[in-house]
Amino acid sequence: MRMTTTENLRIKSLQIRMDLLKLIHGAKMGHTGGSLSNTDVLTALYFHVMRHDPLNPKWPDRDRFIASKGHSVESLWCILADLGYFPKEELSTFCQFGTRLIGHPNNKVPGIEMNTGALGHGLSVSVGMALAARKDSRPSRVFCLMGDGEQAEGSVWEAAMAGAHYKLDNLVGIIDRNRLQISGSTEDVMGIDPLDQKWEAFGWNVVSIDGHDYDQLVHAFESAPQVTGKPTLVIANTIKGKGVSFAENVPEWHHHVPNDAELQRAIDELTAAITNQDEGSVTTHAIHS
Amino acid sequence: MQSIPNRQAMCEKLLELAQTDRDIMVLTSDSRGSAAMAPFAKQYPEQFVETGIAEQNIVGIAAGLAHSGKIPFVTSPACFLSMRSIEQIKVDVAYSGTNVKLVGISGGVSYGALGMSHHSLQDYAVTRAIPGLTVVIPADRYETKKLTEALVKHEGGVYVRIGRNPVEDVYESEDYEFEIGKAVQLNDGEHLTLIAVGETVRIALDAAELMAKEGIHARVLNMHTIKPLDAEAILSAARETGFIITLEEHSIYGGLGAAVAEVTSSSCPVPVHILGIPDEPAIAGKTSEIFRHYGLSAENVLKIAQERLAKKGQ
Ligand SMILES: Cc1ncc(C[n+]2csc(CCOP(=O)(O)OP(=O)(O)O)c2C)c(N)n1
Repeated sequence: MRMTTTENLRIKSLQIRMDLLKLIHGAKMGHTGGSLSNTDVLTALYFHVMRHDPLNPKWPDRDRFIASKGHSVESLWCILADLGYFPKEELSTFCQFGTRLIGHPNNKVPGIEMNTGALGHGLSVSVGMALAARKDSRPSRVFCLMGDGEQAEGSVWEAAMAGAHYKLDNLVGIIDRNRLQISGSTEDVMGIDPLDQKWEAFGWNVVSIDGHDYDQLVHAFESAPQVTGKPTLVIANTIKGKGVSFAENVPEWHHHVPNDAELQRAIDELTAAITNQDEGSVTTHAIHS
Repeated sequence: MQSIPNRQAMCEKLLELAQTDRDIMVLTSDSRGSAAMAPFAKQYPEQFVETGIAEQNIVGIAAGLAHSGKIPFVTSPACFLSMRSIEQIKVDVAYSGTNVKLVGISGGVSYGALGMSHHSLQDYAVTRAIPGLTVVIPADRYETKKLTEALVKHEGGVYVRIGRNPVEDVYESEDYEFEIGKAVQLNDGEHLTLIAVGETVRIALDAAELMAKEGIHARVLNMHTIKPLDAEAILSAARETGFIITLEEHSIYGGLGAAVAEVTSSSCPVPVHILGIPDEPAIAGKTSEIFRHYGLSAENVLKIAQERLAKKGQ
């Protein structure tokens, strides 16, 4: 799956954002903020970086994506539907009675590798997948997206240790560093800085990027492993609620559902951004570094 | 009938009690909102501990606090608190005998559409298998308040499961006898007994009302304490009514129904119909839709009773 220019990726991500907002609005539930913050990471992976085939979801040589922060599944559902893993019409069943498209990744749906939702599981299963790929001499890489609040789970660090111990350079951990979790600022709830030094001390090659900049995203993912014998951790500095001015950096938008007027305003902003080369007019908040 | 969620009732009571009892502490794991404990965090910052998303850690910290004379209430989503931290619960709380109150919030299928990772339908099965741990599930806001008071006085580890949504009241006020380990008989009848727990108590009462119209008289027991179980109330029900239906928002394995059957099977073997969630990842949807899907409704309880009583009559 390759979209040639980063401009195409940017426009795709704006469309995905519209889709996911409609999804959440329709279901009257969902995790808005974290889905918007990781949309660019997922768009870069699914539309450019990863080797995968929607017509053959179980292709053994595919790259794997694990959404360890499974609550942000809305962007993933919209991307998988857009790619043709399942019919787009099915999106309207999101969170409805008896649906496959529940509020967390569900591997009954083609394109989903593992069921997640309880935080702190994804990196461990990713380590297992990366070990298996190496054992079978497959070219597959494993990408595992985690939240920054999720870093408080001890199991993350157990997996971090194992990834470095087994020198898994086919493993890429990604942290959606949006600096918010449910109860507010991640540094207030449970401080995790200096995050880069912690992962480095655990034996990982650490790269810190702007998680909304496609040149940086693509470069970071494509050039891993930069160091042989080490897994890579990409700290993607992002904005929770990114792309919807009134949701950006507002903790309540973690699982706030847009009402009719809010949805319309958001769609208007995103539509304007599609035609606007200069994204600065939409993004009202600066990225923390 | 408009009510408030039980989680909110617990916070209200804790706010009241913490005024005079400075040893009461509330801990949350990035869950003060879902546990409805934000007002507590605000009013008593010195009696509040935030651990972030770390359910194993929160139980260990609580055990340490309890060891030093505090009365910690760990309030965290039931699915994670009961299962992810089960070893900390076993060793740091039950085995070491620390006075920790573990409050699992949004239990059962409260998080209906979020799927199995967020359902807690095995929590009584695992917690009741741990020696020394008390397991309680309140039925409504009044019972939650009575229980909260009792928890502060009670010495030892307790697992409490509380739901997310407002539930229709079972009681009219806090003015009734509540004792951990003692079932409350809400209704008397001679044909069968409905034993329910938590938010299914309301369904049992509604079912009893439907039955009465059909000339069937059901005893209703609110078995708020799963452990220690009120064996006496169960055996009287078995002896005097001859047939039991249990209702619970839990797997049919290892929950209230199983506990009741364990008691009856040796001393007074009567048929026990266990109504709960079958052995499958519970279907996703609204809590009410899931209940209906699995027959946790007054109408279905009536049907089960009628079928059984017709057989008996033959
Ligand atoms: C083990 C576990 N504990 C608690 C939760 C509830 N929960 C869902 S999302 C969330 C906050 C996540 O914050 P973060 O990792 O920073 O993600 P983001 O801000 O990107 O949404 C919590 C506590 C969970 N899903 N799993």
